[in-house]
Amino acid sequence: MGDRRIVIEARGVEKSFRIPEHRIDSLKERALHPFQRVEFRAHRALRGISFDVCEGEFFGIVGRNGSGKSSLLKILAGIYRQDAGRVRMAGRVAPFIELGVGFNMELTARENGVLNGVLMGLTLREARRRLDSVLEFAELEEFVDLKLKNYSSGMLVRFAFAVMVQADADIMLIDEVLAVGDAAFSQKCLDVFYERRRAGKTVVLVTHDMAMVQSLCHRGMVLHDGELEFLGDPEDTALRYLRLNSVATASRDAEAQVELDLNARVVRAGLRDEAGADVDVVEAGSPIELDVVVEAARALERPLFIFHVVNADGVVLVDFTRALAERVASGQRVRLAGRIENRLAAGLYFLNCYVREDREHGAQAVQGLRLVRFRVAGAAPGKGVVVLDADVQPALEAVPSR
Amino acid sequence: MSELTAGSPAPLRELAGPSALGGGRRRSLELLYLMAVTEFKRTYFGTMLGYLWSLVRPLMLFGVLLAVFTQVFRLGSEVPNYPVLLLFNIVVFGFFQEATGAAVTSIVAQESIVRKTQFPRLVIPLAVVLTALFNLMLNLVAVFAFILAFGVTPAWTWLLLPLILLALIVLTTAVSMIVSSLFPRFRDMAIIWTVLSTVLFYASPVLYPLDKVPGTLQDILLLNPFALLLELARKWIIDPTAPGPAAIAGGYPELLPAVAIFAAVCVVAVWLFRREAPRIAEEL
Repeated sequence: MGDRRIVIEARGVEKSFRIPEHRIDSLKERALHPFQRVEFRAHRALRGISFDVCEGEFFGIVGRNGSGKSSLLKILAGIYRQDAGRVRMAGRVAPFIELGVGFNMELTARENGVLNGVLMGLTLREARRRLDSVLEFAELEEFVDLKLKNYSSGMLVRFAFAVMVQADADIMLIDEVLAVGDAAFSQKCLDVFYERRRAGKTVVLVTHDMAMVQSLCHRGMVLHDGELEFLGDPEDTALRYLRLNSVATASRDAEAQVELDLNARVVRAGLRDEAGADVDVVEAGSPIELDVVVEAARALERPLFIFHVVNADGVVLVDFTRALAERVASGQRVRLAGRIENRLAAGLYFLNCYVREDREHGAQAVQGLRLVRFRVAGAAPGKGVVVLDADVQPALEAVPSR
Repeated sequence: MSELTAGSPAPLRELAGPSALGGGRRRSLELLYLMAVTEFKRTYFGTMLGYLWSLVRPLMLFGVLLAVFTQVFRLGSEVPNYPVLLLFNIVVFGFFQEATGAAVTSIVAQESIVRKTQFPRLVIPLAVVLTALFNLMLNLVAVFAFILAFGVTPAWTWLLLPLILLALIVLTTAVSMIVSSLFPRFRDMAIIWTVLSTVLFYASPVLYPLDKVPGTLQDILLLNPFALLLELARKWIIDPTAPGPAAIAGGYPELLPAVAIFAAVCVVAVWLFRREAPRIAEEL
């Protein structure tokens, strides 16, 4: 997209928050200590961030909590003002970053829909006119005059998403939008995103869901401690993010010294069906046939391969470790193939692998690799995340006779 | 749900960041109107008497005060048309108290909007003033019914009422802007303001006409812009024989301090709100 028009241009954006060591909240404190300078600790949330987003691009921003990604989004939305640097944008920007902001639970869906439409920059007349299509999208036509406080949480999410979609802004800024709602509705939301993508709308997405980054985004950006750690291809974005995460997890577990280390790369990764063909859908209950080849970027002494199967909510459901009790030379390939028992409920899953090399004095070098995104097909699950054999049968108990 | 956007592409524009009225004038006005209307509906929806309640409140206060000032103190009988003067003053000052009292916490009460949307900050206190203004208008209809029933003859000076209301609205808006922008950082503001507005109630010629107040105290009270407004209203609407603010003060130049204070409050309000608006989201 080299010759595409730039619609967001950020140059050296800086943002600090002043965190008072001793907060003066009342006039009394100020009156008692009129000359005491308040000690502020500056927290630098963003340090010289520069990037461009082109028209029609889906741009993902990822990073750990506190990395500054939400602050950046708030600056783009015009909620915060940057301390230094400049941001230029073209077109109508949706002025909100979360679903359902500004809903008043005491009012009906009709009133809230109009109010929110105007909040998003529609004229009053337009907002009223579009209300029907909003309710139709949310499948809530019958409940238009019901107060929002009487809505179920699912209905509320549907309504909120429909209201957001109606605004039809040129640039949408979205913070963790699909973390909510039932499976069918999140599919509908995804469809809307794909439709937006085809329509050439620009979307900036802050998320923890690497699957969304990889499936939706054209480019991604990793923020770490307020600095731009990586900007580029969505696959690499996801890998960088996973690497940052694996370090944090490891250091929490033990006070081990963990080094980030690009020690391996994926040559190929996939799931096979029984005939040996590539698949990304596995039937519920049938085993997962894994076939992965990684290449060592440098010599690895007795590496460990830690596999995680993670669901869409980021919960690790399966965790197993395999050791290779040998030395892997630089450039040498390691094949990780075999069968994994599958008791996963129907849904979307990710298979990640961390390649770890343990060194002396407890130091570790870790590389996170995102291997496969796959779906388990089958009947829609209840609340469970796994399906286990359960030999439980209800039976009437015989009434003891005297 | 999609619309074709025709014409030349929009140019890159510098991001303005949050401000008092950012995001377009039309949007701000429509938001102001919608917020005020929904708040007005919300207050009275589901109550049996609906917005008659907004009239009942000042009427009850009026009844009590009238009893006190005509039966206990003799002040009421010395002032022509005292009951309607009292009612008018209570309704007008009630508007100021209702609006500013609600404005103090208004921005914090709308926290989620302020922190998560690009929202013109000024609209929040303005909507509070507008909601109170709806009440004032309804109440004034009732007050004028009382005035006529009491036997006051309509005069051409009644046409000047909008001038007084305009000044009142400007003053109320300015004070609302000041208290609402200070509250997020100084939470004492809510308590200070309940005390201050009570002081202001007694320091304004609501219960008494200014010409009944002895010398030095009168000079001090004349610094209060409300003294000016209420005495003008008294002369123009309730009692044409009343002296009017200039005569009480002893000449128009004596009114200048009150006018200057009025102007100063407005200037401070604009300056303070513009200064606070960009950072309010971070202070919440």
